[in-house]
Amino acid sequence: MAGLELLSDQGYRLDGRKAPELRKVQARMSVFAQADGSAYLEQGNTKALAVVYGPHETRGSRSKSLHDRAVINCQYSMATFSTAERKRRPHGDRKSSEMSLHLKQTFEAAVLTQLYPRSQIDIYVKILQADGGNYSACVNAATLALVDAGIPMRDYVCACTAGFVEETPLADLCHVEESGGGTSLSLALLPRSGNIALLQMDARLHQDHLDTLIEAAMTACKGLSKVLDSVVRQHLKEVSVLTRD
Amino acid sequence: MLKSKTFVKKTRSGGVLKIVREHYLRDDIWCGSEVCKECKDEAPVLQADACIESTLCVSPHYLIPDTNVVLHQIDILEDPLIKNVIILQTVLQEVRHRSATVYKRIKDVVHDKEKHFYTFTNEHHRYTFIEREPGESANDRNDRAIRVAAKWYSDHLVKETWGRPLKVVLLTNDRANKEMAEEHGLLVYKCDEYIKSLIGNPELVDRLALTSDDQNDITGSKLLFSEHLPLSRIQAGIKNGVLLQGTFHANRDNYLEGTVLIQQDEKDVTEVLLQGLQNINRAVNQDVVAVELFPKECWVAPLSVVLQDDGPNDEDAEEDEAQNKYLQILTSKSIVRKPTGQVVGIIKRNWRPFCGMLSPSQIKEATRHLFTPADRRIPRIRIETRQAATLVGQKIMVAIDGWPKSSRYPNGHFVRSLGTAGDKETETEVLLLEHDVPHQPFSQAVLSFLPKMPWNITEEDMKVRVDLRHLCVCSVDPPGCTDIDDALHSRELENGNIEVGVHIADVSHFIRPGNALDEEAAKRGTTVYLCGKRIDMVPELLSSNLCSLRSNVERLAFSCIWEMNHNAEVLNIRFTKSVINSKASLTYAEAQMRIDDTNINDDITKSLRCLNKLAKILKGQRTEKGALTLSSPEVRFHIDSETHDPIDLQTKELMETNSMVEEFMLLANISVAQKIYDEFSECAVLRKHPSPPPSSYDILFKAAKSRNLVILTDSAKALADSLNNATIESFPYFNTLLRILATRCMMQAVYFCSGMDSDFHHYGLASPIYTHFTSPIRRYADIIVHRLLAVAINADTTYPDLMDKHKQAALCNNLNYRHKMAQYAQRASVAFHTQLFFRNKGIINEEGFILFVRKNAIIILIPKFGLEGTVFFENKDKPSPDHSFDSEGPTLTVEKHTFHMFDKVKVTISLDASNIQHQRIRMALIEPVIPGVSVAVGESEPEAKKPKLDR
Ligand SMILES: [Zn+2]
Repeated sequence: MAGLELLSDQGYRLDGRKAPELRKVQARMSVFAQADGSAYLEQGNTKALAVVYGPHETRGSRSKSLHDRAVINCQYSMATFSTAERKRRPHGDRKSSEMSLHLKQTFEAAVLTQLYPRSQIDIYVKILQADGGNYSACVNAATLALVDAGIPMRDYVCACTAGFVEETPLADLCHVEESGGGTSLSLALLPRSGNIALLQMDARLHQDHLDTLIEAAMTACKGLSKVLDSVVRQHLKEVSVLTRD
Repeated sequence: MLKSKTFVKKTRSGGVLKIVREHYLRDDIWCGSEVCKECKDEAPVLQADACIESTLCVSPHYLIPDTNVVLHQIDILEDPLIKNVIILQTVLQEVRHRSATVYKRIKDVVHDKEKHFYTFTNEHHRYTFIEREPGESANDRNDRAIRVAAKWYSDHLVKETWGRPLKVVLLTNDRANKEMAEEHGLLVYKCDEYIKSLIGNPELVDRLALTSDDQNDITGSKLLFSEHLPLSRIQAGIKNGVLLQGTFHANRDNYLEGTVLIQQDEKDVTEVLLQGLQNINRAVNQDVVAVELFPKECWVAPLSVVLQDDGPNDEDAEEDEAQNKYLQILTSKSIVRKPTGQVVGIIKRNWRPFCGMLSPSQIKEATRHLFTPADRRIPRIRIETRQAATLVGQKIMVAIDGWPKSSRYPNGHFVRSLGTAGDKETETEVLLLEHDVPHQPFSQAVLSFLPKMPWNITEEDMKVRVDLRHLCVCSVDPPGCTDIDDALHSRELENGNIEVGVHIADVSHFIRPGNALDEEAAKRGTTVYLCGKRIDMVPELLSSNLCSLRSNVERLAFSCIWEMNHNAEVLNIRFTKSVINSKASLTYAEAQMRIDDTNINDDITKSLRCLNKLAKILKGQRTEKGALTLSSPEVRFHIDSETHDPIDLQTKELMETNSMVEEFMLLANISVAQKIYDEFSECAVLRKHPSPPPSSYDILFKAAKSRNLVILTDSAKALADSLNNATIESFPYFNTLLRILATRCMMQAVYFCSGMDSDFHHYGLASPIYTHFTSPIRRYADIIVHRLLAVAINADTTYPDLMDKHKQAALCNNLNYRHKMAQYAQRASVAFHTQLFFRNKGIINEEGFILFVRKNAIIILIPKFGLEGTVFFENKDKPSPDHSFDSEGPTLTVEKHTFHMFDKVKVTISLDASNIQHQRIRMALIEPVIPGVSVAVGESEPEAKKPKLDR
């Protein structure tokens, strides 16, 4: 019969959220002692792990290094068990290379790279479980990992998706909503300045709807930034309690 | 806002996939009652004073129906008496899954503010969500969820009692569910016992659908039909190719026969023939069914006999067996066999409420009666009513509830009465309902988007438009036309060329995308013209006034202007929004008279002559390319202005000016189609006319062959040429008959979205591309085309849906459906008025031609009235004459006289009113004289009842 009803007349989505509501976000920082910075983040059922090394000297050929700022190196991967169907995911397939590139662009806009000329910052992110909004979960996890590593940034980078169903923008899509047809837009925002670090959309959308959709995504990002901020503060509190002893 | 989280794990078959979905439970879902102070609902839906007076439950109460009650008793729920109902999300989801129509209806009810229906999102409510327990079926889980929600409601509302306690009543017809609910201390009733207890409206009981419990006692124990397979086995059967899925189409003329159309892939459709009630096995027209093919040696040929189910009005299975035997005999003779099979299961019912009449039982006190639907493809329905005496002679609406395997007829219930049968209003209402034509008066919401009167063309309008008021524009239409959507002009340019303009009413200026007015027009799709009645697509202010290009008023137009040379070759084309001032509104006859009268030489006439000359050239070019000119007799009634009874009927006469206007409309449509397709290759709304499959021309070949003529159908051009050559000197009407036949072979022209299709060809017009631009007042497709063209020339802004090819395709589907239904409604209206005409006229003798030859009948066309009728050679009451049918000819020999197609005959025409529901025109043969078959002339006095024409 007819497909799923993504938004009911009463304004509830399939999982019970209202249109502008985010999924539950949970995060922990410093999950690995070895790395310079690390974070684990759950956005609903999407779970991401981010690890940051650096800044350190450029590895490999010198030619890659830049004389006035640090190079950001991103690597994105998905665990074989991350989706409902188990798939072997070779490194460097087209999708993950693209995602790595997007992440690199996002963080180049946020990290104060000019403070570390001729050096390199590595960001590794892995999706452990995928349920929509992989890119945004990665960005949010990586932001926390960068904060954990103590790398100066202009602002938090918060990312979120937004979709368009029944003339209503939906924030933070889950997998069913993403695959249910319709447009999905990913946006990474520097919330304090309101600058957009990255904006991506693959499907067609009429120009008239674009503004409302971006607006919805930006509101969602701002909501997320509050959550991330509280995670950071909570973490600091815990750490300072530990160090005081 | 608290969000707690639980996981619902679902496994789907087909590879073991574990699907994990989040499910948020909320504590901000309100109960929706005015009484409740705890919930912070801003606009509670359920009234504090919820009084449906019932003898069962005296105190005010809210109703919670379970899924089956909503599915089967939707007619009851829609009644204005039933208010303050809580529809649970669980119920709504199950309904959505099981019946799209009921889902749509219940949603409409929920949206109706007067009804106070509240949807409670129980699946996401913190206290009413339940998880499926191990070993519990999905159905049981949902029943439990409904009980839990009902329990929550009654506990929740108990806290808030003031004065009298507010109760919650669960309605279910499921015995087990009811018992369990009672155990939990819930107030629960069976639907019928509750409805019967209502004081307000005793008639409501008639509308109760019969539930499965009641069905057992209503029918005999004898099994008439074989059991339907369960859905799981059907699906398995379809997968491994044992069964086929298709849509059942009942035969209009023979109730013992039907076909199932099976869509195998994109274009390929196979037909499976079903014969006999047992093989049709309770399938009703339009149901999606599973069929099983018989082995090849059991295949049979369709019978071209006409059989109607008009047995007595009480149970009678024996007679049917007799009829089945009769079928067997006929079957054995057949030569050309078709795939034949039987229905083994129903995949989806497509029942809607049916209009028709009660055939009351002969037992006076009986409450069970048979209902005969107006649509002959629908079987008779057994209903239970106590109002039979009042309903006799009325047209009523009935819905089917079910068809048990032990019952000869399906069971149903009375929905509402439409009025006295035979009444013009009632009959019009019936044919509008039967053809699903939206005909309610426009709502206030729709009317609110009309321009405010007095309306004037403003400065801003003038700024963005070309001023063409000085041009000598005129319109040519049928007499009495008030919705004029096109006007024309032509003038000589200084360089010797001719400027020709087609000006179309600028409807899209008034109807803005997405508002209620637009949505209503999109839903209606087309204006429906019935005899003496017009059901407008847009409100009258627009259709007959502001948009109508009447003479001597300033009107907004969308103009298409060509520069042509004297050979009608287009040199230049321009589209623009404009302002015009038509100089004359002419009828075809007036325009023709001006052209022909050499004494008149004013600007309008000169312009018309020039247009006429160019039109002839254009038509010649089109015919050269292979455009078909097909005729079908169109009937027009002269309607008495006072009584609105038809007083005379005649076939529409075509004049040169008809074709003149048509020619320029075609040119405009083609030009616009090309333009919007160039600009929007993905989302242009176009119109195509597929070429018919070669087999559909069989009858045309045979007809021509019988007169030693050859019809070629390799291409439209070949067909057009051979039709032109197929004339018989002694038989001038022959060619027209051939063309009428050719029309019947054609496919339907349809709207489509250019991004969704690759075949654009318009067969009938021999044009590679075509659309509709010229009638925006009465066709919605034209409004969309106007909008596209306006965007293309930067005269208007675009909007999202216009550029969405899927939405456009969905729109096209609706428009095609509406056009088809409008056409059927129109034919039905003509048929009804023909009957009225003959009722007043008495009996008439007239000449006609045989259009088709059937196995036991001939179908005759009366050119004078454009009327078709059937002469049967078989009669139930008396022995039928000796007759044999030859399908090669096809010919039918009756008592040594052989009828061929197109034979000239003389018949007497009268109205057969013996069956009040299916009153029909009866034709009886006068000539040729066949003893025992034909009737004698002079049995009637044709002019006896002729109304006074000249007063
Ligand atoms: Zn409440």
